[in-house]
Amino acid sequence: MSSVLTDSLTMAVELAWWQQTGIRAVVGLLAVLLPAGTLVYLFLFKMMSFMQSRLGPMEAGPYGSLQLLAEVGKFLQKEDIIPAKADRIVFKAAPFVVLISTFLLVLVIPAGPDAWFIDVDTGIFLALAVSSISVIGILMAGWASSSKYSLLGGLRAAGQLVAYELPLVLAVMGVVIQAGTLNVQEIVMAQATGEIFGWGGIGNPFIFTQFLGFAIFLVAVQAELTQPPFDMPVAESEIVTGYLTEYTGLRFLLFFIGEFATAGIFSALAATLFLGGWYVPGIDPTSDLFNVIGPAILLGKVILVAFLIFWFRFTYPRFREDQLQQLAWKVLIPLSLANIVLTGVLKVVF
Amino acid sequence: MTVLAALADLDRLTSDEVLVAQNVAFAVMAITMVISALRMVTTRNVVHAALYLVVVLAGVAGIFILLGAEFVGVTQVMVYIGAIVVLFLFGIMLTKGSFGEDDGVSGEKRLMAGLVGLLVFGVMTAALVDSFAAAELSRSAPSTTAEIADSIFSDYIIPFEAVSVLLLAALIGAIVVARRD
Repeated sequence: MSSVLTDSLTMAVELAWWQQTGIRAVVGLLAVLLPAGTLVYLFLFKMMSFMQSRLGPMEAGPYGSLQLLAEVGKFLQKEDIIPAKADRIVFKAAPFVVLISTFLLVLVIPAGPDAWFIDVDTGIFLALAVSSISVIGILMAGWASSSKYSLLGGLRAAGQLVAYELPLVLAVMGVVIQAGTLNVQEIVMAQATGEIFGWGGIGNPFIFTQFLGFAIFLVAVQAELTQPPFDMPVAESEIVTGYLTEYTGLRFLLFFIGEFATAGIFSALAATLFLGGWYVPGIDPTSDLFNVIGPAILLGKVILVAFLIFWFRFTYPRFREDQLQQLAWKVLIPLSLANIVLTGVLKVVF
Repeated sequence: MTVLAALADLDRLTSDEVLVAQNVAFAVMAITMVISALRMVTTRNVVHAALYLVVVLAGVAGIFILLGAEFVGVTQVMVYIGAIVVLFLFGIMLTKGSFGEDDGVSGEKRLMAGLVGLLVFGVMTAALVDSFAAAELSRSAPSTTAEIADSIFSDYIIPFEAVSVLLLAALIGAIVVARRD
């Protein structure tokens, strides 16, 4: 939210600083919770059910659409149990550290030419930096629970997140080289105004030139979210639910929201970096119209990318721990390094 | 809107006006950092010490951002919080058997640690005062990410490459030392 949108807002109602900040906070909260709720209902409740030849939740509201509220109500009523030997403060703080990472992550994603939270030079670099804060929250949860399953789960999670952060960052490098900027808004603009061999009909979404990057990014995101087939840290047949074992009620809900909100935000990042973000062909990218329809377009692309993520989640069986580490270090990282070299050479040639 | 408009009209880096918001933010971060730093060295729990270190490092990143050094601030978060402290916590959890209080931090090394700390503080203070006593933060535009990239890959390309090779050597050395077979 800035220049044009704020100007038109202030012309109408003259907002004080604290009012603007309040609006941003509410919009930020919506930007985290709305995609998370959409993903849980559409994919976790409905798509998974249909893939398993069942209907899923049908009772709460039309077509089970209010099931989410029922679930949240259920978690809020439950007792908040803290193990006797747990480190109480660290145990209580851990879910909030994970949520801080999620809320900071949403800030960098633009939803229109003027509809953004922060527009900074470091853009995508900032996103990748704050996404790594969640590892600390998970380690805190694993250690503070004083349970062997939690500790094992926390260690597995940290090892996995550190290993897959590298391909995640390196996959984004290709896009950064091609766009020539780290600024997320300028990456969207580079795609909107780009041309494919002189034809600018649909801009130049980087998924065509950076398909390898897109594929590596999606695999790494899957691992960062600790979703199947990368769900070793919460493998229920081996270590109960890993670092979540001792959590109940509200604090479990916070971890759950954090996981699906992060899924939504990483999908939004993938959509922004590879699919053109809030832009659709046919409308001038600087048009004010995008400030209004941009968020809806972005949400549409988020659902498209999240569909892929959840499709993998419901299809593949779990990796073994050594397979998981080998995939990261021996396949994804060399591939993404090759992608960077190739992109750099082609950037100079063309 | 009035506060924001006043701030927007004001060129933050060239004007002499004192910015209250910036000073308040600095004070909050500085106090938090000092308290966390003290708790970090006085706590008897290793994991708590590592977590206090996270707060201190986050404060450092915040102060870099206050000074307009956005890229350095973000790098601080990525390298120190996202990698180094995670490695600390990882190491502590892998090597330490027990949970709970009073683990591993023994009192007998305190004297030595205090001496080393005092020595490092003295040397750093002398070096910093000696070289930056008269220096003033550039009040022209802060260095953008693009400018930093340009200077690293043109003026400082040889030191940059040297540091990269040094890090690679350290990495390989660590693996060689750790291997048993």
